[in-house]
Amino acid sequence: MSGSRPGRLEASLRAARDRGRKCLVPYITGGLEGWEAAVEAAAAAGADTVEIGIPFSDPVMDGPTIQAAGDRALAAGATPGGIVAAAAELDVGVPLVVMTYYNIAHHMGHRRFARSLAEAGVSGAILADLPLEESGPWTVAADDAGVETVLLAAPTASAERLAAVCARARGFVYAVGLLGVTGERATLAASAVVIAGRLKEITDLPVLVGVGVSTPAQAAEATTVADGVVVGSAIVRRLLEGQGPEGVGSFVAGLRRALDGAGP
Amino acid sequence: MSMSEPTPEGRFGDFGGCYVPETLVPACQELDGAFRAAWADEAFRRRLDDLLRDYAGRPSPLTECPRLSAELGLRLLLKREDLNHTGSHKINNVLGQALLAERMGKTRLVAETGAGQHGVATATAAALLGMECTVYMGEVDVSRQELNVFRMRLLGAEVHAVATGSRTLKDAINEALRDWVATVERTHYCLGSVMGPHPYPWMVREFHRVIGSEARRQCAELVGGDPDVVVACVGGGSNAAGIFSGFADGDAELVGVEPAGGAAVGRGTPGVVHGSLSYLMQDEFGQVLEAESISAGLDYPGVGPEHAHLARTGRARYENVTDGEVLEAFELLSRTEGIIPALEPAHGLAWISRERQALAGRTVLLNLSGRGDKDVDLVMGLQG
Ligand SMILES: Cc1ncc(COP(=O)(O)O)c(C=O)c1O
Repeated sequence: MSGSRPGRLEASLRAARDRGRKCLVPYITGGLEGWEAAVEAAAAAGADTVEIGIPFSDPVMDGPTIQAAGDRALAAGATPGGIVAAAAELDVGVPLVVMTYYNIAHHMGHRRFARSLAEAGVSGAILADLPLEESGPWTVAADDAGVETVLLAAPTASAERLAAVCARARGFVYAVGLLGVTGERATLAASAVVIAGRLKEITDLPVLVGVGVSTPAQAAEATTVADGVVVGSAIVRRLLEGQGPEGVGSFVAGLRRALDGAGP
Repeated sequence: MSMSEPTPEGRFGDFGGCYVPETLVPACQELDGAFRAAWADEAFRRRLDDLLRDYAGRPSPLTECPRLSAELGLRLLLKREDLNHTGSHKINNVLGQALLAERMGKTRLVAETGAGQHGVATATAAALLGMECTVYMGEVDVSRQELNVFRMRLLGAEVHAVATGSRTLKDAINEALRDWVATVERTHYCLGSVMGPHPYPWMVREFHRVIGSEARRQCAELVGGDPDVVVACVGGGSNAAGIFSGFADGDAELVGVEPAGGAAVGRGTPGVVHGSLSYLMQDEFGQVLEAESISAGLDYPGVGPEHAHLARTGRARYENVTDGEVLEAFELLSRTEGIIPALEPAHGLAWISRERQALAGRTVLLNLSGRGDKDVDLVMGLQG
């Protein structure tokens, strides 16, 4: 409930915001070769939270880059349990969030999945195809386990819908920056700033823009309004190209510099 | 029991729902409202009925099969959806959705297709109404249903071959959903079966209800009542839902026939993909398995949620047949009745033929959901 104390994820993003810092959340596909080192590199380079993808066979919210990464991870034998267990071993000093699709949680069982995340020290979860209306059984289990369920807010939503999403979101509100799936874009969509602005007007939760934020300049532009950004495909592509943890670290450091320059 | 409306949340018993990315929720809600309004609007219904009659050629006949009945030792009736314009039942749903899309002010249709029949029907409706049309089709299906790819292009549609995953129907749906997420403001997703998020399973079944309503009337005239058994093939389950809906409140046995390599009801467990909770072929981690069937239209690891409900309540049962049995049935109907069926409804006949002893003396209605022209090449290749 809105009266309850914020969880670790929300608290740490709020603390960053209170210090005048823009939040940076890199996304890394779990199960890709070297992904754990990439998570550590991203954290060391200035991430405020790291989002770990648990691959699903049918990722309808993802574009070609994250699809390819998920396919490669699955072909290499990645499993939800294996990724969560490996996440438990990471010591990165920032909260971790997993992002996956609902069937993974449904199949394992809401309570079991939520508990496994909590036991691994994962703070939050994003289920890309679980909208507000269907989220009840999962969020009850997640709340009980102390896992913060981040909800997506899209440009297509009415004002009432955005308010309802914000009321149920935990951790932060994930503002979908454009109409479309994940993937790098040449420019930041105008809708990114618009949706962030609509959300900032109605919620005190941290508002982070994701989907279509791919460069330091775009991150800076989005955070003229938003509290932070989620950057996925631009990072995952570097891993797929073999740039390794160093490539991820230096790209994330560049994003960090751009955000720090854009801060108040 | 009758096949009526799902709950407002789109549930048929435990199954169904609307599991889509947040971006699409308003579109699904808008569609639900638009469909309810249109379905209650006499002018809309009249316009659809007129198109079904004057453009698609409805009502489709009910055909007795004297020679094949004698060979099987039962009385076989065929509901001739193969005689509809574009060659399958798919046109019923597509004309309904295209009119609805137009009414909602959408100018573009996107569709997935397996065998190509739904893609051809969607391209046809788009041409008829002057709309743009994009069809996603798995690479495997593009090569095994070449004729339909050409037909779609001839009709003015853009056809995209999908190279991800199993490169069949499941992946074509993923790609169509991704398109819709990006274009939802002007695009209607014309989904081809009784699956996906609410309101699709319900709406698509209602657009196919005409099959069951006609068949019940025709059976009353021809045999004086309902048949003993109603049989239909099940991929997503639209032709089956259409014909079952005419008989569900009576005593006829309802039998859905799945391919052995894509038996979601037969071998699946509850799971969520493509917008609804239903039976699903999945591995121990919840990853969706790839189906494997000779029939592109049934090569799908899931099934519409209302079928999951009919199976769980026992009102319908679901059987499966092998590719070999299907090929035999394909030839059997061609040879004995002069009707070349699509491989999909040949599944239904394959089950009837296998169970002929149990069905002896009974009246069996098979939904002949499509004609076999599209499959002749493939079967020719298999016969070497
Ligand atoms: C002739 C025919 N029958 C059946 C199907 C399977 O669809 P459904 O299970 O929705 O009836 C198809 C799909 O392509 C088809 O072309």
